[in-house]
Amino acid sequence: MMDFWRRVARNRGAVIGFALLAIVVLVALLAPLLYDQSPWRMVQRPFLPPMAVDGFWFGTDTLGRDIGAGLAYGAQVSLLIGLVSTVVALAIGVPLGAIAGYFGGWLDDALMRFTEFFQTIPSFALAIVIVAILEPSISSIVLAIALVSWPPVARLVRGEFLSLRSREYVQAAVLSGLSPPAIIFRQVLPNTISPIIVLASLMVASAILLESALSFLGLGDPNVMSWGYMIGAGRTVLRQAWWICVFPGVAILLTVLSLNLIGEGLNDAFNPRLARKGR
Amino acid sequence: MKRLLIGALGAALLASVSAVSAAPKSGGTINVVIQPEPPSLMLGITQNGPTQMVAGNIYESLLRYDTDLNPQPSLAKSWEVSDDGLTYTFKLQEGVTWHDGAPFTSADVVFTADTFLRETHPRFRVSLAHVESITAPDDHTVVFKLKNPFGPFLGIFEAGTMPMIPKHIYEGTDYANNPMNATPIGTGPFKFKEWEKGSYIHLVKNEDYYIEGQPYLDEIYWQVIPDAASRAVAFETGKIDVLPGGSVENFDIPRLTAMDGVCATDKGWEYFAPHAWLWLNNREGPTSEVKFRQAIMYAMDREFVRDVIWNGFGNVATGPVSSKTRFYSDDVTQYNYDPDKAKALLEEIGYDGTPVRILPLPYGETWQRWGEAVKQNLEEVGINTEIVATDVAGWNQKVSEWDYDLAFTYLYQYGDPALGVARTYLSSNIAKGSPWNNVQGYANPKVDELFAQAAVLADEGERQELYTQVQQKLVDDVPVAWTLELSFPTIYRCDVKDLVQTAIGVNDGFKDAWLDR
Repeated sequence: MMDFWRRVARNRGAVIGFALLAIVVLVALLAPLLYDQSPWRMVQRPFLPPMAVDGFWFGTDTLGRDIGAGLAYGAQVSLLIGLVSTVVALAIGVPLGAIAGYFGGWLDDALMRFTEFFQTIPSFALAIVIVAILEPSISSIVLAIALVSWPPVARLVRGEFLSLRSREYVQAAVLSGLSPPAIIFRQVLPNTISPIIVLASLMVASAILLESALSFLGLGDPNVMSWGYMIGAGRTVLRQAWWICVFPGVAILLTVLSLNLIGEGLNDAFNPRLARKGR
Repeated sequence: MKRLLIGALGAALLASVSAVSAAPKSGGTINVVIQPEPPSLMLGITQNGPTQMVAGNIYESLLRYDTDLNPQPSLAKSWEVSDDGLTYTFKLQEGVTWHDGAPFTSADVVFTADTFLRETHPRFRVSLAHVESITAPDDHTVVFKLKNPFGPFLGIFEAGTMPMIPKHIYEGTDYANNPMNATPIGTGPFKFKEWEKGSYIHLVKNEDYYIEGQPYLDEIYWQVIPDAASRAVAFETGKIDVLPGGSVENFDIPRLTAMDGVCATDKGWEYFAPHAWLWLNNREGPTSEVKFRQAIMYAMDREFVRDVIWNGFGNVATGPVSSKTRFYSDDVTQYNYDPDKAKALLEEIGYDGTPVRILPLPYGETWQRWGEAVKQNLEEVGINTEIVATDVAGWNQKVSEWDYDLAFTYLYQYGDPALGVARTYLSSNIAKGSPWNNVQGYANPKVDELFAQAAVLADEGERQELYTQVQQKLVDDVPVAWTLELSFPTIYRCDVKDLVQTAIGVNDGFKDAWLDR
């Protein structure tokens, strides 16, 4: 384990990624301390440029709401949605992929056709439709993101299972009379965990992007302040007040970048053939 | 004193300018934004905003209204009202022809009012219920006989309410499917030329218009530009000369009006007097309590909304009647922004924190921000709220099925409380399925009675007295939370002269408009 972390630490990108993410997480956790008022509260005059008034480093938006508060509380929302929707997507994708890969045959065919059905629909369009039908709220957004992002998980897990299925230790387990669920969860799944972790870190990033895009289009939960919402609301006044859009945009960029760097670093660290990479 | 002097100087300057430019020039083409693209131009069948904005220059009615809502001659050159308020006699202009050359006569008026619009125009039909007969003693005289005096009667001869329809084209046909609907024929100053769907509507000068020399413009292009930001850019680059009210987002207005040679006016909406409020569900939930509704009125910072979200355009509404509508009274309880008073009222009724749902109007940024501001105002006095996101269809459905606690809306008033105000508060107008009637479920026999009496009085003084009473009652009961008298400024290049002259502004403005180029 120590060896693994040493390998990660040797990857400069991954270190930067972890550092950035740590800052975002910290800001999200400390949001109620940094800004004791709701980010929706109109606290100063509208269109206040950054640094113009003490305590308003990021300026105010079209209604005089503190953009700094929005950034902090938006971090909570983005991370929450990113994590929860990824967990939900894994909860759908991993079992489906495992069953398809382990049992094979017609069950595999049926499950893979079902997966392809979801893959053929452009994921963003599907997410929009789901949110529009269910009415925008945190739970419908999480559901929509999870529903469009599980197919790659299922395919990945199925592929791993297909290759591990014929290994001797699996055949030995079958011969010793272990039940299929026990083999799947106790023998095979632990060996597929590293690519899943790498994929999951990237999924969190894409979930954050997807949530931002939905909020930007006005399909976010109208009761929570998210980065995508801030950009969407500030987009139309971009020529008068660049800071309303730019700061949340930078926040999204850095968060997604950090998750991608982490994902890449983990991938390299998990891959024994690349073990010496990263100098 | 100094300011007074400057004011006087300005007025003098203004007077001299208008004296110099008194002789209109003929000719020129004008480009105007139309948003959204109208579904049809047949004003007798389709009465929505964009249809009237274009077709108001093709069709005319008997009267026009100045910005104080006084009737002015249009197709009627004069009119008389009998002393008992029961007989209205109109003398029509002579020498008026339809765009296809056929003469316009009193038979067209009778056909329009008695036959055509009775079938196609629900709002007009309500007023028609007071009419006993419509007759044409000769080719240029029309007589309306009423069953009872009807105060607002002279207010219904506006082009969107009673557009004159050619009898020789429509009599005996299936109105809705008449092929001539695609090429509308009116008596107006401009003729329909061409409609490139999704791109532009082209109107040309009516050379045979009955007023010598008018209209002054040769052509009007109504440009269809679906995106608000693109409309603003089109105006900036000079592609567009006139932005009718509501065609750009509010926050673009200061930038556009600051440009050289650009003028703006908030006149031209007096007849419609768009009045915004929050529907409050009077049937159930916390909003069924009068004091809770009053608390909402005190909790809202409406001046902030006017100044910040509407960029200073509009007025804070004092009650159900707009200050631009006739029989307005400000002698009512005033609800100034006072969060402490709101908190006290909530305390008094023991509000238990039951959350209320806010349904913003899905008409773009401005309304979204407004919803957020109200949510914040209410939460600051301790009312728990939740914004419900929805689209236009969802909004319509939720409001007409009474599935809401607070819902944004705005309605037109049509110059008279009997035409545009009473409909929201009469208990006889409580019916599921429409988002425009008494949606809040307010029923007060006294209010019903006052509205009913005031509508059928001929004497203006007596009407004012009753309407003042009804306004006082309503303002105390807060059946809905009035927010703003909306203002949709018209933005145009200053060399477009005499554009907004009447109470419906651009809707019939090109009759008098001319280009000083």
